[in-house]
Amino acid sequence: MTSVETKSRAAGKPETGQPVLIIDDVVKTFGDAEEAVTAVDHVSFNVKQGEFVAVIGPSGCGKSTLFNIIGGLLGEYDGNVMIDDERISGPHPAVGMVFQEESTFPWRSVIDNVAFPLELRGVAKSERYDRARHFIGLVGLDGFEKRFPSQLSGGMKQRVSIARTLVSNPRILLMDEPFAALDEQTRLLLGDKITQIQQELKQTTLLITHNLTEAVQLSDRIVVMTYRPGKVKRIADINLQRPRTSDVVGSDAFGHYVAEIWNDLREEASRGMQETEQVARADRRHG
Amino acid sequence: MASRKTPLVATSWFPLTVGALTFVAIGVIFEILLRTDVLNRYIIPLPSEVLLAFERIVVEEGVLTRTGVSAFEVLTAGLACVIVGVPLGVLLYRFDIVRRALEDWIAALAAAPIVLAFPLFLVLFGRGSTTVIVIAFAYGLAPVVLKTLEGLIETRRVLINVGKSLNMSQTQMFWKILFPSAIPSIFTGIRLSWTFCVIAVIGVEFLVNLGGLGQLINDLAERYDMPGTYAGIGFVILVSVIFFIILEWIEKWLQPAR
Ligand SMILES: Nc1ncnc2c1ncn2[C@@H]1O[C@H](COP(=O)(O)OP(=O)(O)O)[C@@H](O)[C@H]1O
Ligand SMILES: [Mg+2]
Repeated sequence: MTSVETKSRAAGKPETGQPVLIIDDVVKTFGDAEEAVTAVDHVSFNVKQGEFVAVIGPSGCGKSTLFNIIGGLLGEYDGNVMIDDERISGPHPAVGMVFQEESTFPWRSVIDNVAFPLELRGVAKSERYDRARHFIGLVGLDGFEKRFPSQLSGGMKQRVSIARTLVSNPRILLMDEPFAALDEQTRLLLGDKITQIQQELKQTTLLITHNLTEAVQLSDRIVVMTYRPGKVKRIADINLQRPRTSDVVGSDAFGHYVAEIWNDLREEASRGMQETEQVARADRRHG
Repeated sequence: MASRKTPLVATSWFPLTVGALTFVAIGVIFEILLRTDVLNRYIIPLPSEVLLAFERIVVEEGVLTRTGVSAFEVLTAGLACVIVGVPLGVLLYRFDIVRRALEDWIAALAAAPIVLAFPLFLVLFGRGSTTVIVIAFAYGLAPVVLKTLEGLIETRRVLINVGKSLNMSQTQMFWKILFPSAIPSIFTGIRLSWTFCVIAVIGVEFLVNLGGLGQLINDLAERYDMPGTYAGIGFVILVSVIFFIILEWIEKWLQPAR
């Protein structure tokens, strides 16, 4: 099963190292003239085939906005997001999205959740269940096929969402803070799962996060964003050996990377905090 | 390890037993108060007489046939509410203009004391089951429509985004995401609606003196058969309770593990 999947994935894909997702000078502004908020400000970077890239920045810096633009849910923006020389203005079949909020269907069992995209495409039941089972195994939920989301923990539900996205074989896996609602231990272990999946499927991935250790643990490259307007502050290469596990968190090199990126991030985070405090103070003054 | 016992209070039969005992206790208290003439026997019958009257109303007053008539009216009105109400709710969701035109009227319908217009219904639909069904339908429609609408509106944004990211068509979006997500709310609407239907059916039968269980209570009351009247009321309550237990079963069976 696995080999078949991998083969079908590899076919028709650009070689490793070729950019598959190009984000070129993207600007997104909400609201009109006076009230306008620039959420994403002239952001450019690439994601190459097989690469794991993280976008990190403080809350409110425009990460979800960027996620929605790349996913085609925000059609109107300036600049270009390109996949296969095609400008993204709606959902693209090459992109699989995993959302920040819990997004399983509560009325469907785990297997029917995961098989959902195949069901839409009219894949026969036995085949789609086979494929769904493969991805349920991949995210480590064997034996939970018949359960309903209400019977699962938060981390398990998020894994169901990830399996549901992977089942379509997306060329680019796009995730918006998928582990934000989880505790640190679950997050580290799920990180292992993600690394393992990425290595097994050679999955090109763009992860949006505000968690520094998570970004360093998982990525080949990290795009550091500034706080409002969201610009690219720096792009850092992470040269930690692969295959990787969460053990890497204890290494010197890991600590070095975290410290280095935190240096950039601290300024932005504290700017975000000050601004939030100012707004709160202004609100108090106004009543 | 010594086997740990479930505390008495946590067992499932405990609340049932407490309920039943309370019921019996109240009966006994009334029996005593009535027999000692603290309460007036012409207004409140002896609980023991009410108990005996149960047999009488079953044997002499054809209570089972009457239950059949009332049940038929409730089910017809209730099903009509679902068949008309759910699509109407969808229509209100789908077309903003329909919603603006109708939503307030439907909410008003839910609040209006429609029974007061029963003479009009008698003229329009005759003195029979049809009138009862139509009035019950008018009572039960609004909750289904409004709860269907509410369920669709409250579909979580992120689930719709999942659908969009999968390039789903409008039809797929409705049948695979919006509608299933609204089902719990629709069920709440149906339960409310059918409660209203039961009340309306018994009430109109009582008021207009036709048909099933409501008429029976009216008859017995007019004959000043107080034990019979109370037994009749008790019977209606019993039937309603059974009806709603069955409804709950069906609901659980239709949506496992929500
Ligand atoms: N639909 C919208 N309308 C108006 N402003 C928005 C909208 N979406 C996001 N914003 C604003 O854009 C900024 C970035 O938001 P977001 O992309 O959600 O940030 P992040 O995901 O990094 O926390 C915020 O200031 C937010 O208020
Ligand atoms: Mg966000």
